[in-house]
Amino acid sequence: MNGFFRYFLKRLALGVLTVFVLATATFTALHLIPGDPLLSEKEQTPELRASLMKQYHLDQPPLVQYGYFLKDLSRGEFGISFTQPNRKVNDIIRDHFPVSATLGLLAISLAATGGILLGSFSALRRGQALDRATLFWVILGVSVPNFVIAACLQLAISEFNQKTGTEWLPVGGWGSFHHRILPAIVLALGTQAFLTRLMRSSLLEVVHQDYVRTARAKGLSPLRIFFVHQLKNAVLPVLTYLGPSIASVTTGGFVVESVFAIPGLGRYFVQAIQQLDYTVILGLTVFYGSFLVLMVLAVDLLYGLVDPRISLEGRTR
Amino acid sequence: MSTTSNTPAPSEFERLPWPRPPEARRERPSRSAWQDAWLRLKRDAWAVGSASFLGALAVFTLAGPLLWPIDPAAPSLARLSELPSLGRQVRVVAKDTPETAARAATETVSRDTPETAPPAPAPGETLAAPPPAHLRLLGAPNVLGVRLVWQALPGAASYTVYRAPGPALLHAQALGVPLAEVPASPQPHYQDSFELGPGPWLYSVVAQNSDGDESPPSQPLKVDLEPGMALGDALSENAEARLGELISLKAHPMGTDSFGRDLLARLIQGARISLSIGLLAPLLALFIGLGVGGAAGLFGGKVDLWVMRVTDVFLALPFLLVAILLQVTLGLPPLTALVALSWVGPARLVRGQILQLREQEFVQASRLLGAGPVHLLLQHLLPNTLGVLLVAVTFAIPQAIFTEAFLSFIGLGVEPPAASWGTLCNDGIRTFLTSPHEFLFPALFISGTVLSFNLLGDALRDALDPKLRGRS
Repeated sequence: MNGFFRYFLKRLALGVLTVFVLATATFTALHLIPGDPLLSEKEQTPELRASLMKQYHLDQPPLVQYGYFLKDLSRGEFGISFTQPNRKVNDIIRDHFPVSATLGLLAISLAATGGILLGSFSALRRGQALDRATLFWVILGVSVPNFVIAACLQLAISEFNQKTGTEWLPVGGWGSFHHRILPAIVLALGTQAFLTRLMRSSLLEVVHQDYVRTARAKGLSPLRIFFVHQLKNAVLPVLTYLGPSIASVTTGGFVVESVFAIPGLGRYFVQAIQQLDYTVILGLTVFYGSFLVLMVLAVDLLYGLVDPRISLEGRTR
Repeated sequence: MSTTSNTPAPSEFERLPWPRPPEARRERPSRSAWQDAWLRLKRDAWAVGSASFLGALAVFTLAGPLLWPIDPAAPSLARLSELPSLGRQVRVVAKDTPETAARAATETVSRDTPETAPPAPAPGETLAAPPPAHLRLLGAPNVLGVRLVWQALPGAASYTVYRAPGPALLHAQALGVPLAEVPASPQPHYQDSFELGPGPWLYSVVAQNSDGDESPPSQPLKVDLEPGMALGDALSENAEARLGELISLKAHPMGTDSFGRDLLARLIQGARISLSIGLLAPLLALFIGLGVGGAAGLFGGKVDLWVMRVTDVFLALPFLLVAILLQVTLGLPPLTALVALSWVGPARLVRGQILQLREQEFVQASRLLGAGPVHLLLQHLLPNTLGVLLVAVTFAIPQAIFTEAFLSFIGLGVEPPAASWGTLCNDGIRTFLTSPHEFLFPALFISGTVLSFNLLGDALRDALDPKLRGRS
C-alpha cells in the first residue's frame, strides 16, 4: 500500500502541475491577445474606466494580476463572455456541460462494450472471416474522421426518414432519448475501433498463457475459461485506455455536437472559437483541461488498484 | 554412465566430400534485416495497395497544377455548387432587362386583348369560383427568365404566382412556393427569374379580391427549361459564345463549390497544404525528438531526469486543447502548433531505444575502442532505432492529417482563400444536403490518405518485427 500511496502522490502532483501549466499558458495567452478588455464598455468616463480597471485589477502589475487570476481560478471563476455580455463562463459551463456529459457517458459505454465484445470475438475467431472483417472495420474506424461519419449518417438517416415517413431517429437537436442515439454512435465509433484493436491484441496474448492451458486441462468449460481467466486479464489494457478515450470523446464532442446541433459545451466551444470569444475559449480550455487531467488520473489510480501485478513506478501515462 | 553412451564413437562418423555437392548444400542467400523487411513488405497486398495509392496521391499533388492548370481561387457566379460534369453544353440566352420586359408586356396588351371582355362584377360580389384563366407563356422561356401572362379576372385585386419544381407534378395539389403578388391590371403579367434552373417547372396563379378571398388555382402551366447561360457569363466560359448558340462549358470533373470555384483545382491545392502539414509536422517533431531524446538517453543523469519531467507534463496536457489555444491566441499556423506539441512522443521513444541499446555488447565494444558520443550516436544507436522510428512516423502522419482536418473543421485552419482538405470539408458541410459533392470529395481524400498511411504503417511494423520473421 505504501507503494500505491507514493504513486498516488506522484500522480496527483503531476496532475496539479499540469493544470497549473495549462492555467499559466492560458493567462499568458490572455495577455498576449492584442486589444483592450474594457473596450466593449460604452461611454466610459475616465473615472468609470479607472474604477473598472480597479475592479478587474487591471491597474496592477502583471504578476499581481496573475495572482488574482489564480485565486479566481481556484474558486472556479472563469470570467465573463466577450460576445454575450452579462453571461458568465461559469453559467455557460453549468448550463451546457450536463448535455455533453450525458452524451459522452453514453458514447464511452457504447465504445467500451462494443470494443470489448468485438475485440473478444475477433481474437477468439482469429484468422476467420469475422476477424478479418473486424480488422478492416477497425482500420476504417480510426481512419475516417468523425465529422465525415456524422455527415454521411445524417444524410442517410434523413433520406430514410423522408422515404418512410418515420421520425424515430431524429438527425439533429436535443431532447428525448432518441436524439442521443445517432450522436452517441458517431462519437463512440473511433474510440470503439481503437478499443477493439487493443482488446483483440491483448486477448491474443492471453489466450496461449500457461494458466489458460491449465484451466483447460482441469476441464473447465470454455465459457468459464473465457470469462474468469481470459477476459479478466485481457481487459486491463482497455481499462487504462479509458482515461485517454475520455479525452478523445470530449474533443470529438466538439465536432459531433456542432454537426448534430446539440446544445452541449463542445458546440459552444466551437462557436466561441469561430467568434473569437476569448474569455470563453480560455475558460473552457482550463475547464476541459482540468477535467481531462482528473479523468486520466482517476482511471490510472483505479487501474493501479485493480491490477495487483502492476508496478506503479515507471508508468506515467 | 549416460554421458559415454550418448557420445558417438569415431566409427559412427563418415567423411563427406569437400567441396560439398550442390544437392547437399543447405544455404539461403544472406539478407540484411532491411532487405528482409522490404521483401516481406512487398508480399503484403494491403501495403502494396496503400503505397500505390499514396504514390498516385503524390503525382496528383505535385503534377496536379501542371495537368489541371485552373485557378483554384477563380470564382464563377454562373456556376455555383455545380455537380461534377465534363464539358456540359448550354445555350447562350439573352438576359431580360426590366425595360425589355416592360416593353414586351405592353406589346402583349395591345396584341392579344381578351376575346370577350368579362362582365364587370356587381358591387359587393365576392370573388367567385372561376380561377384565373388562360395562363400562358410570353416569348421563349429560358433559365434567366420566364414571362407569364394570364387573363384578367373580374373582381380580382391581385394575383399570386406560385411555382413548383418538376417532381412536384407527381404530388397533386402542390402549388409550390409563392413567387410574387401581382397587382390587378387589364393584362396581368409576371416575369420569374428567381433561382431558375434547367428542368421542368410548374406555374399556377391564384387570384385574390380586396377582402383577401382566394380563387382556386389556375390550370398549371408546365415549362421545361433547357440549360442556358447569359451572354456575359458565357463569354467568360467560352470566347466564341454567340446568342442562341450551344456552347460547351469548362469541365469541372469534381464540380464547383459555393463560390463557383473548381473543386478539383481546390482539392489539388488542398492536397499540397494538408500533405505538407501531414508530412512536415511528424518529421520536424521527429528531428526535435531525436535531439532531445538522444541527448537524454546518451547523457543520462540530470539531463535525462529533467527531460523526462518536461515530457511528462507535455504528455499530460490535453493535446487538442493546447493546439487550439496556441492557434487562437498566438495565431500560430497549424503546422507550428502541431510540431510544438508532438515532439514529445518521438523524444521518449528515442530515449527508450537508446537506453536499451547503449548497454548492448556491440555498443560497449565500440566504446571500448574509443568511440566518442557522436560516433556512437550516428554509427550505432540511431541506425538501430531507425525501424521503430519509421513505424512511429508512418503512424504519426495520418494522425497529423487527422488533427489538421479536425482543427480546420472547427474553424482553425489555414487562412482563406488557401484551403486544406479540412477547410474544404468545413465549407462543404454547410451545403451538404443540397450539394453533397462539396463535402464528400475532400472527405474521401482525407479518409483515403489516412487509411493508406495506417495500412502501410501496420504492414511496416509487421515487416520490421523480427519476431514475425520467417513466417508467411
